[in-house]
Amino acid sequence: MIHVIAFYLFAVMTVASAAITILSRNPVHSVLWLILAFFNAAGLMVLTGAEFIAMLLVIVYVGAVAVLFLFVVMMLDIDFAELRAGFVRYFPLGALVALVLLAEMVLGIGAYRVGSIQLGTPDGTAAVAEGVSNTAAIGALLYSRYLFLFEAAGIILLVAMIGAIVLTHRQRNDTRGQKISKQNARRPEEATVNVKPEVGKGVTL
Amino acid sequence: MDWSQSLRLIAPEETITVAGLVLLLVAAWGGDKASRLISILASVVLVGAMVLVAPALCGQAMGPETSAFFGQFKADAFASFAKILIYGSAVITLMLAPRYFERFNSMRAEFPLLVMFASVGMGMMVSATDLLTLYIGLEMMSLASYVMAAILRNDGRSAEAGLKYFVLGSLASGILLFGMSLTYGFAGSTSFAGISAGVSGGLSNGALFGIVFMLAGLAFKISAVPFHMWTPDVYEGAPTPVTTFFATAPKVAGLGLIMRVLLDAFGDQAAAWQQIIVFISLASIVVGALGAIGQKNIKRLMAYSSINNVGFILVGLATATQAGASGMLVYVTIYVAMSVAGFTAILMLKDENGNYVEDVPMLAGLSRTRPAIALALATVMFSLAGIPPLFGFWGKFVVFQAAVQADMLPLAFLGIAASVIGAFYYLKVVKVMYFDEPADVVKGESDIWHKAILTIACVFISPLGYLLTSWLGDTANKATTALFAAL
Repeated sequence: MIHVIAFYLFAVMTVASAAITILSRNPVHSVLWLILAFFNAAGLMVLTGAEFIAMLLVIVYVGAVAVLFLFVVMMLDIDFAELRAGFVRYFPLGALVALVLLAEMVLGIGAYRVGSIQLGTPDGTAAVAEGVSNTAAIGALLYSRYLFLFEAAGIILLVAMIGAIVLTHRQRNDTRGQKISKQNARRPEEATVNVKPEVGKGVTL
Repeated sequence: MDWSQSLRLIAPEETITVAGLVLLLVAAWGGDKASRLISILASVVLVGAMVLVAPALCGQAMGPETSAFFGQFKADAFASFAKILIYGSAVITLMLAPRYFERFNSMRAEFPLLVMFASVGMGMMVSATDLLTLYIGLEMMSLASYVMAAILRNDGRSAEAGLKYFVLGSLASGILLFGMSLTYGFAGSTSFAGISAGVSGGLSNGALFGIVFMLAGLAFKISAVPFHMWTPDVYEGAPTPVTTFFATAPKVAGLGLIMRVLLDAFGDQAAAWQQIIVFISLASIVVGALGAIGQKNIKRLMAYSSINNVGFILVGLATATQAGASGMLVYVTIYVAMSVAGFTAILMLKDENGNYVEDVPMLAGLSRTRPAIALALATVMFSLAGIPPLFGFWGKFVVFQAAVQADMLPLAFLGIAASVIGAFYYLKVVKVMYFDEPADVVKGESDIWHKAILTIACVFISPLGYLLTSWLGDTANKATTALFAAL
């Protein structure tokens, strides 16, 4: 009983927050509603037993993608009122896209009724592991069978990091940064001089 | 599976990676001043990796004992052959690079590291016997390549080349991944052995689409028509040593990878992909030959020439026989030597202020001002055109021989006819250098290392190269026997 209630709660919340995401006038509010939609979708994933995908949704979509959206929306000066202008002009194109999507949905439902496509049978490693949570199953494969590829993927990330630094990092010579060690190493003797200037003459340092 | 055996089989990759990580620390503390030292050490490591892979080639390693990590990686004779070419090209790039970049005051300590990591990725590509290894190796190579193309970041052309390569390369990766997911879905496995078993009863439409999309993604990486559009721009814009690298190592890796995918995973379904390869091959030959005719920039000309040559190499693949595969390896070896010689000669074309000359009309009368460079460039051009006394002819000969043996006469005839068109623009460069009034632009002095590399590469592609034909043929046969034994 409880999981039926939970399902309808999450489902209604997902649909409602998705609708508000596209309806809300303030883009920052849109992003916040989008985050709520992601959380509820993650809840639905937990209900179906795919807790790993639920974690991915929260970490990747909420943690990275949505926050990135938020940054873009807040940091860039985008005139959203102007973006919404021209509704009538773009209406035919929008209607066309909507029609294509509708046709795809009808086709998809029709294909679903006919039965599934003849796919290949998964070999030993791709078969579903019994009695293991899917996080544990993925982890066991990732750190044993696919260890080599996992490490190689790490090297790819390192290459990406080196690349980003090579292409963007600049040594700037026109800024005056604070060099604390140099400040501390300075002694009073070399910092001050005692001079007796003649009357009417300046001081050369 | 035995972990220690697997770790032993990936020894070259481990060596380069660990050395790369150590040299990264040297680069972090030493800064760009240490770049020469890092280049030398990186070359030594890559030569060491060549020594590590050589025994597998000489001993003709094949079969299950060369398979590492549950069949994801294969260190057989075929992989060794390709790796020796790849690491060798990387070493040559490292030898060419410092002088070039120092001219622009932009030799970066990270450049040799990118070359090393790209070599690791390419090594994984030619050893891949699993779609995942294939993709990870390909991405490691590609990411490093995008950065290398854009490494002269203050130069507009270099930045443009990097961006174009990145955007189009990502698109190609996406297409490749789509093909891989279809193949996985319809064959039920990501390992090549599993795919081969999964499609043994004939290809379903889904798996056929999988092959087509995978081939589209891979054809991009070897710049085969119709996925060649990026090549002239990237080759022209990228710094010349980087272009040398692009024209050699990634081509070997991409071709090795395509051979593994088509001959291992889909070896029993040759009829399904042969016509695709025939089309790609002929289209590359024709577009490469016609596109080069109007080019004024010699690097763009070499880019079209590389498209053209990839077409000839793919003629060997279209036969789907061992003779064809062996011919491909022979051709690709000669092609690497021709590219190295060609681009090294281009690196030597400097005007009196030391600026690099890339325009073909500026080379007018080069035979009188710089006879040695003119002779080297003429050798390269004749060899690329496949004119008999030079070694470039032998590469074309072996692939066309394989095509004739496999009863693909129309393909062979069309290829030979198109190679005559190709000869036109190669000869045009020779004509400009030898028969036009001297433009008297090329005056700069060349580096001793560049001269040495150019001499060795030119001797290899000169008629003296024919002394190596039986040895090269035997070695290529050893490698392809290992490739076909995996079926």
